[in-house]
Amino acid sequence: MADLNTVDLSAIKLTLELASLTTCLLLMIGTPIAWWLARTRSRLKGMVGAVVALPLVLPPTVLGFYLLVVMGPQGPIGHLTQALGLGLLPFTFPGLLLASVLYTMPFVVQPVQNAFEAIGERPMEAAATLRAGPWDTFFTVVVPLARPGFLTAAVLGFAHTVGEFGIVLMIGGNIPGKTRVVSVQIYDHVEAMEYTEAHWLAGGMVVFAFLVLFALYTFNNSANRTKD
Amino acid sequence: MNHQESTLDEQHIAQLVRSFYGRARADALLRPVFEAAINDWDEHHRIVEDFWSRTLLGTIRLLLVSLYLLGASALAFAGEVQVAVAANFTVPMQKIAADFEKDTGHKAVVSVGATGKFYAQIQSGAPFEVFLSADETTPAKLEQEGMTVPGSRFTYAIGKLVLWSAKPVFVDDKGKVLKEGKFAHLALANPKTAPYGAAALEVLKNLGLLDTLSPKFVQGENIAQTQQFVATGNAELGFVALSQVQKDGELTSGSAWFVPGKLYKPIRQDAVILAKGKGNPAATALMDYLKSDKAKVVIKSFGYDL
Repeated sequence: MADLNTVDLSAIKLTLELASLTTCLLLMIGTPIAWWLARTRSRLKGMVGAVVALPLVLPPTVLGFYLLVVMGPQGPIGHLTQALGLGLLPFTFPGLLLASVLYTMPFVVQPVQNAFEAIGERPMEAAATLRAGPWDTFFTVVVPLARPGFLTAAVLGFAHTVGEFGIVLMIGGNIPGKTRVVSVQIYDHVEAMEYTEAHWLAGGMVVFAFLVLFALYTFNNSANRTKD
Repeated sequence: MNHQESTLDEQHIAQLVRSFYGRARADALLRPVFEAAINDWDEHHRIVEDFWSRTLLGTIRLLLVSLYLLGASALAFAGEVQVAVAANFTVPMQKIAADFEKDTGHKAVVSVGATGKFYAQIQSGAPFEVFLSADETTPAKLEQEGMTVPGSRFTYAIGKLVLWSAKPVFVDDKGKVLKEGKFAHLALANPKTAPYGAAALEVLKNLGLLDTLSPKFVQGENIAQTQQFVATGNAELGFVALSQVQKDGELTSGSAWFVPGKLYKPIRQDAVILAKGKGNPAATALMDYLKSDKAKVVIKSFGYDL
C-alpha cells in the first residue's frame, strides 16, 4: 500500500471510528423509535415515520446547510451547546457524529421496524402467558427474532456512514485528522487531479463495501436456513 | 403559397372518394355490403369527403404552421452555446447571459460547478463548448491536451480576495484580526483545489501566520461553501471572493479586509472555447461579448479586476 500516505491512513481511521460510533448510537436510539413505530396506534405515527425518513429525500448538501444553520451560533442547537459550555458543534468530531446519526437514521430504524412488525403479537402474548415481564419479553423473545433486522440495520448504518459525503464535507470543514473522512479525502484527490491516490482509496472502499455486504448476505442466508 | 399542398385540395379528395366508391360498388363481393348500409349516396359521399379533407388538409396546415414557427425560432435564437462556469462567477454570468441573448440573439446555456469537476467532465466528453474557469492553469492544461480551440484562451476576470466576517465590527481594515487570533475557526476554500484557497494560503504565508493559524482552518469544498461557513457564523471569519460579498461596489453585510494585491498572485480566471464548440458561431460570439465594454462593466461591478 505504498500509495496510501499518512493523511489517507488517518482518514481511514477516522472513518471507521465515525461509522462504528454512529452505528452503536443509532442501534441504541433507533431501536426504541422502531419499537414505538412498529407497535403504536397513535396518530403521530405517520408524522414521526416521515421525519425519520426525511434524510432519504433531502439532498445531502441541503441537509448539511440546514444542520450548519441549526448548530451555528444563531441556531437552536448552537444556543443549547453554548449554554452547556460545549461550544459549537460544526467542524468538530461530535458535530460530525450528530450529523451522521441524523442522516443515517432511516437506514437503521426502518429495517428494525420491519423486523418488529413481522414478529406480530402472538410470540409476545405467548411470553406473557409464561409470566415474562415486558423487558424480559423484549430481550429474550423480540430481539432474537428480530436479529436479521438488527444485522441489516447495523450493516446499512455503518456502510451508509462510510459512504456519506455531502454532509460531512459541509459540517466537518475538511480538517485533517479531525473531520476529513475517506469519502472527502477521495473527493480531494479527484478534485486535485491526483487520480492514482484516488483510485487506491476508492478501490479500497469498493472492496471493503463488497466484503461487508457479501458477509451480511451469506450470514443472513445461512441464518435463515438453520431456522428452517 | 406554391407549396406542395396546392396539388391536394377538396376537389382531389372528392374525385378520389367517388372513384373509390365507384369501384367498390362495381365489385360483386363488396357491393351488397354497401348497398345494405347506405341509402343516400350523395349524403354519404359528403360525409366521407368532409372527413378526409378535414384530416388531410388540416394536418398539412398544422405541419406548415409548425414548420413556419420552427423557422421563426431558429431566427430568433440564431445559435445556442453550452457554457461551463466556475462557481464564483455564477451571479455575474447570469446577468451577462441575459444581456448576451438580448443583444445578439444567441442563447448561452449555463452550467455552474467546480473547476476541477468540469475538468474531469470535459475530459470525459461533456458537451460544453465554452469554459469559464476559476483559474488559468486548468484551461491551459486542457489546451495542452488538445481539448480546446487553439488561440481562444483569454483572461475574462481577475478575482480579488477578501477576509470577511458576517459580524459588523470583527475584521478591521488592516487585517490585524489575523495576528490577534481571537477566533476559533478561519474558513478558506480547499487550497489544493480552489484558486481562492491557494491565494489565502499565500497571504498567510506572506504574513508569517501560516503555522500559527493552520490549526484553526476549516476548508470549504469550494468558495461558495466557504462563504456559507462564514455567513452562518460557524467560522468567525474567512477568506472569500470579493464577488461574493460585494454588490455595486458596496459590502453587502459584515466586515471585511480587502487583502492588498501584493500579498498574493493575481487570481486570473481564463475562458476558452472547447473542442466541442469549434465552428459554433454562438461560442465565438460569447467570447467576443465577454471582451466587450458592456460585459466588462458588469464584471467589474461584482468586484473583479480586469
